[in-house]
Amino acid sequence: MNTATAARVPFEPWKDPQAKPYIRIVNVTKTFGDFVAVDNLSIDIYQREFFSLLGPSGCGKTTLLRMLAGFERPTSGRIELDGVDMSTVPPYERPVNMMFQSYALFPHMTVEENIAFGLRQDRVPKDERNARVEEMLGLVQLSKFAKRKPHQLSGGQRQRVALARSLVKKPKMLLLDEPLGALDKKLREQTQFELMNIQEQVGITFVIVTHDQEEAMTVSSRIAVMNHGRIAQVATPTEIYEFPNSRYVAEFIGDVNVFEGRLSEAAADHVRIAPVGGGGEIYVDRGTSAAQGATVWAAIRPEKIDVALTPPTDPSVNCIEGTVWDIGYLGNLTIYHVRLADGRKMTAAVANRTRLREQPITWDDTVYLTWAPDSAVVLVS
Amino acid sequence: MSAGDDYDDRPSAVLVSGDQGGFAEWLHVRLVRARLGWAAPFVLWLVGRFSGKGMVIAIPYTFLFVFFLVPFLIVLKISFSETALAIPPYTDLVEILDDGFDYYLTFKLNLINYWTVLSEDTYVRAYLNSAKIAAISTALCLLIGFPMAYAMARASESIRPMLLMLVILPFWTSFLIRVYAWIVILKTEGGLLNTMLIALGIIPPDEPLRILSTEWAMYIGIVYSYLPFMVLPLYANLEKMDLSLLEAAADLGCRPTKAFWSITVPLAMPGVIAGCFLVFIPAVGEYVIPELMVGDNVRVIGRKLFTDFASERNWPLASAVSVILLAILVVPIVLFQRQQARLQEAGQ
Repeated sequence: MNTATAARVPFEPWKDPQAKPYIRIVNVTKTFGDFVAVDNLSIDIYQREFFSLLGPSGCGKTTLLRMLAGFERPTSGRIELDGVDMSTVPPYERPVNMMFQSYALFPHMTVEENIAFGLRQDRVPKDERNARVEEMLGLVQLSKFAKRKPHQLSGGQRQRVALARSLVKKPKMLLLDEPLGALDKKLREQTQFELMNIQEQVGITFVIVTHDQEEAMTVSSRIAVMNHGRIAQVATPTEIYEFPNSRYVAEFIGDVNVFEGRLSEAAADHVRIAPVGGGGEIYVDRGTSAAQGATVWAAIRPEKIDVALTPPTDPSVNCIEGTVWDIGYLGNLTIYHVRLADGRKMTAAVANRTRLREQPITWDDTVYLTWAPDSAVVLVS
Repeated sequence: MSAGDDYDDRPSAVLVSGDQGGFAEWLHVRLVRARLGWAAPFVLWLVGRFSGKGMVIAIPYTFLFVFFLVPFLIVLKISFSETALAIPPYTDLVEILDDGFDYYLTFKLNLINYWTVLSEDTYVRAYLNSAKIAAISTALCLLIGFPMAYAMARASESIRPMLLMLVILPFWTSFLIRVYAWIVILKTEGGLLNTMLIALGIIPPDEPLRILSTEWAMYIGIVYSYLPFMVLPLYANLEKMDLSLLEAAADLGCRPTKAFWSITVPLAMPGVIAGCFLVFIPAVGEYVIPELMVGDNVRVIGRKLFTDFASERNWPLASAVSVILLAILVVPIVLFQRQQARLQEAGQ
């Protein structure tokens, strides 16, 4: 993971004002009868990006993907690919390929014929066609299975055939609809990295639809979190996780503790929040757009909270007292569910760095939950 | 039967294997109560032998044995005999001859019937004509049935059961009544079709269409009667097709018409083959429709068979005709079976 992430770090075209978006989704709306599937949505996607559309089912992510492929036409708005308006171009004329959730492999054709199908439609000469099919089979490590029919392959192999088939035409954009959804967990994790490597090798822009936030975090250059046909936030995985822009995003990605409070001090470089229901004040060492006195929410990730049996030196700031309600031992982490005085529950995740704690925390212990000034995120919506 | 009396009040001494215990025990009690205790072991052995899987397989096998294999063997036997003025009107294959000095057990296989059928022009022509009619009817059924099945399979899910019902509905009326209904429709004088066309001014009143008693009428009758056998397997096949395959084809640059030929049609082949066999096989032996729609001047093998059997009372010859017909049909049936088996192996 480290090497793959490191290789992608300098790749941030969305920060470059000179960079031209490769795919522009401009004010796109799609309605089915009364139901608004995609609601006036705009996104710019840059060349060579691995872009994820993430959201719960029914958020419109698949509809958006199908509009990119050409299977649905936008009710209004337009979709540009490399400067060309694609809105009315039928799917069979788009320089875009899709990998289907069901893989949609042609059952009456061999692996080889499946991959060659797209090239045949373009009347690519036989020699070149064979060479490109061979190259793809090599890329997905299926050369030995070229003559098999799809039903003679395992799920993981079929997934790779589908990938090869959608890549062989060198599309300008590859769309992937829940590409790993049908694989089991181990294979899925392994395939995520394969997918990233292949994307780097072929240099094609990938747009992936997924409901699996871990998958989106792992593979994406940027993630668009969607909710009810709209974009909730578009950002890199790190930004989405560490700086969510709303409670919806914070709660959708990972676990989070959210406190409602009043902004008691709003300076440019720090804020103080007085939580509703009393308790210690929350100090955050970053400014916020909200005005003093406004209602805001402080979001703190469980792994950024420390659990201690003794109170810190200053228990009035970034500290909450509670009793241990439940303990979940996960091996690498221990999850503490702590009940606060007013009945609310808070979750803290503590890494198990040593084999055994010298002073174990157990059920019904009074504990002090503390966190650093840079741990909480102030959310205004 | 003192043993039976002894069984009365004692627990069963008969060993019953575990898996059919419930029924066997109940049966045992019934048998004992009926004072047939002595028979209990034997009956229980029979039930144990044929219960479960054996029973399930035995029922269709028994049915086929009694109602297909035995009648066929009888027909086969008759086909090797000679006609006779007797009841039944054919000779026995095995006879005991007594010439006054010795007894002979004779066994005669008469092959003349087969020779007649295979050498006489009228029979060969009738077979060929029947095969031609069946082939043309099958092709017409496919031509009409495929678009029908396709439209049904692509219709909105809410009206599909109704469309399916409409295809099956004619079966609720007798086959003969439906054929007679076509006669009423196609009649030259006062037929429904001609009356309508004349009323609409499409054809002049003094020149009604002559369809009945021509080959056209026969094809209309056969195609109409066998169309459901083509539509139903095709529909079953097309309906379960994964439509994302067509999207995948379009996505890879394939136009809809081409996708129809390179994806939909190859995947529908099992349905096409099943439908063709279901139409072709009964159409070859078809007798009633040519008889009613055309009459005497059509030479089909079914009609020939019927006249040999009923009018000529030449049972051996009629039997030979039907044995040869069966032999001709066994080839496509075996092909059909092999194709089905291949499909099952493919697991699709």
